[in-house]
Amino acid sequence: MIALNLIYATYAIWLREVKVFFREKERVVSAIVTPLLWILIFGAGLGSSVKINGIDYQRFIFPGIVGMAVLFGSIFYGLYVIWDRKLDFLKEVLVAPVPRSAVFIGKMLGGASDVLLQIAILLAIGVALGMTTTMSAILSFAVCILLSFCIVSLGLIIGANMKSPEGFNLIMSFVLWPMFMLSGALFPVENLPAYLAVLIPLNPLSYGVDLLRYVMLGGRTAFGVATDLMSLGLFSIVFAAAGIYSFEKMKM
Amino acid sequence: MSAIEIVKLKKYFGKIAAVNGISLKIEEGEIFAILGPNGAGKTTTIFMLCGLLQPDEGTATVAGFDVTREPFKVRQKIGVVFQSPSVDDLLTGRENLEMHAMLYGMPLDQIGKRIDTMLRLVGLEERQHSQVREYSGGMRRRLEIARGLLHHPKVLFLDEPTIGLDPQTRQHIWNYIRRLSEKEKVTIVFTTHYLEEAERFADRVAIIDKGKIIAVGQPKRLIESLGGDTAFFKTAQPEKVASKMKKMNGILNVKVIGDQIKATVKNPQKQLPIIFRRFRSIKSVALQPATLNDLFMKYTGKQIREEEGEGGYHERIMRSQRE
Ligand SMILES: Nc1ncnc2c1ncn2[C@@H]1O[C@H](COP(=O)(O)OP(=O)(O)OP(=O)(O)O)[C@@H](O)[C@H]1O
Ligand SMILES: [Mg+2]
Repeated sequence: MIALNLIYATYAIWLREVKVFFREKERVVSAIVTPLLWILIFGAGLGSSVKINGIDYQRFIFPGIVGMAVLFGSIFYGLYVIWDRKLDFLKEVLVAPVPRSAVFIGKMLGGASDVLLQIAILLAIGVALGMTTTMSAILSFAVCILLSFCIVSLGLIIGANMKSPEGFNLIMSFVLWPMFMLSGALFPVENLPAYLAVLIPLNPLSYGVDLLRYVMLGGRTAFGVATDLMSLGLFSIVFAAAGIYSFEKMKM
Repeated sequence: MSAIEIVKLKKYFGKIAAVNGISLKIEEGEIFAILGPNGAGKTTTIFMLCGLLQPDEGTATVAGFDVTREPFKVRQKIGVVFQSPSVDDLLTGRENLEMHAMLYGMPLDQIGKRIDTMLRLVGLEERQHSQVREYSGGMRRRLEIARGLLHHPKVLFLDEPTIGLDPQTRQHIWNYIRRLSEKEKVTIVFTTHYLEEAERFADRVAIIDKGKIIAVGQPKRLIESLGGDTAFFKTAQPEKVASKMKKMNGILNVKVIGDQIKATVKNPQKQLPIIFRRFRSIKSVALQPATLNDLFMKYTGKQIREEEGEGGYHERIMRSQRE
């Protein structure tokens, strides 16, 4: 009975997140337009002239763009918790007889749903433009499920601990861009100088991008499929635990 | 059993004691007002009773459960309408209620019917499928009140339910609250800084200032305890009249202010004619019926601010809207 109530509560929170996402047109639009721009800029601009490991840059970059879409979508979603708090909507959820873990999981699943919807669209475009195949797209989607759980949890940790939207730029400079640059999304990580290369295994996105690239382009992986999967799984569990803890500590 | 029992409750923010040792008993079925000026500690008290803030000292039980040890059980028994808007304005009115019902684990087969009933009671049936951002301030408030009562709570907390609404809408909201309280058999605790709301709608009121209770009781009794209404007499010989007045029974706090005498007159309908007959020099009198404000003045030396504080509901709606 109690377990059932937990599922309802989680479902209620998830449903709200998804509805709100669809009703904020700017969020949907920017979520789809941003990766498209990246495809255009990097793909069309550099694609014809540059080759990496014998692959057209256009094809090389596509897994990176998918990873980027997961990263940005997830972190922005997490920061949205601040708005909930400003809206005082969060109080309604926090005063309900629902454990914070259910609130967190509902929000995490809601965020992952938002992100995965964008990813589905992006992958469909990729298939249509011949940047990847249908089979690869399906496998990539599966990878993105795990990756989005991981990064949305990270976003929620940040959102729950941030007091106001003013810290936003700091998060951009110190979390978002480094995670993006040091993930291998834009260029192979093998070419990085050593002092930056040490950061790569600490970045969950590295494993996600590695897996996506393997699934889409074949060939060798930087860490190995098993390591990628296990690392992502481990990061997800750690982030989820820290996220639940942050939600429990969250002040009005 | 009391619906709420508060013993020496304290909450500090840094060095400020926002709530500074409040003790209170609220009985089942009461409509209880917490009246106080901005910053008195009303919201902080409500938050502690809802388990949203941890008390630093003291204890409180709500519906028989301790707020620190059994916050989960407390939450199942209470409904809350927060001071600032807490409905999601991108959801429709009905969706807000549906979400609430699921959060409170209401049986799925009862949710639809219960929501219909509550929407009808607050007069939002026709607008239930509009997004809340299209609602007026009064409509949002009614939706929040319906939501607070949806899951059959034993105690309903209303933190400034009418703040920032125009007088007509305030009256309207109170009609709904009263109707609901009769229908739902629920203990209602509301905070306000509008005197007349406490006087008119509360069975009992606690007046608080700077985190402390100044007085508790039935509004009528509290006003009676002041000993009468305030009268201002105009006379050519204020000093002389005043010194004689001071010796009369049923006249208190006699004070000369310029060419006027200010005094508290018990039972003025009877006393004023007597006073007029006795002091022929009195030219006129202005009578001010006693209010809880006078009580507040008596204990604190200041007024409860009547005008809108900085925390207006509309202002908060504006501030809270997504950019
Ligand atoms: N989160 C907080 N951090 C620091 N101080 C706070 C916090 N919340 C409230 N206070 C302080 O505690 C005191 C009581 O605040 P509270 O909000 O309980 O007053 P209130 O009676 O509800 O006032 P209002 O009529 O303005 O709503 C105030 O001095 C306020 O500044
Ligand atoms: Mg308040």
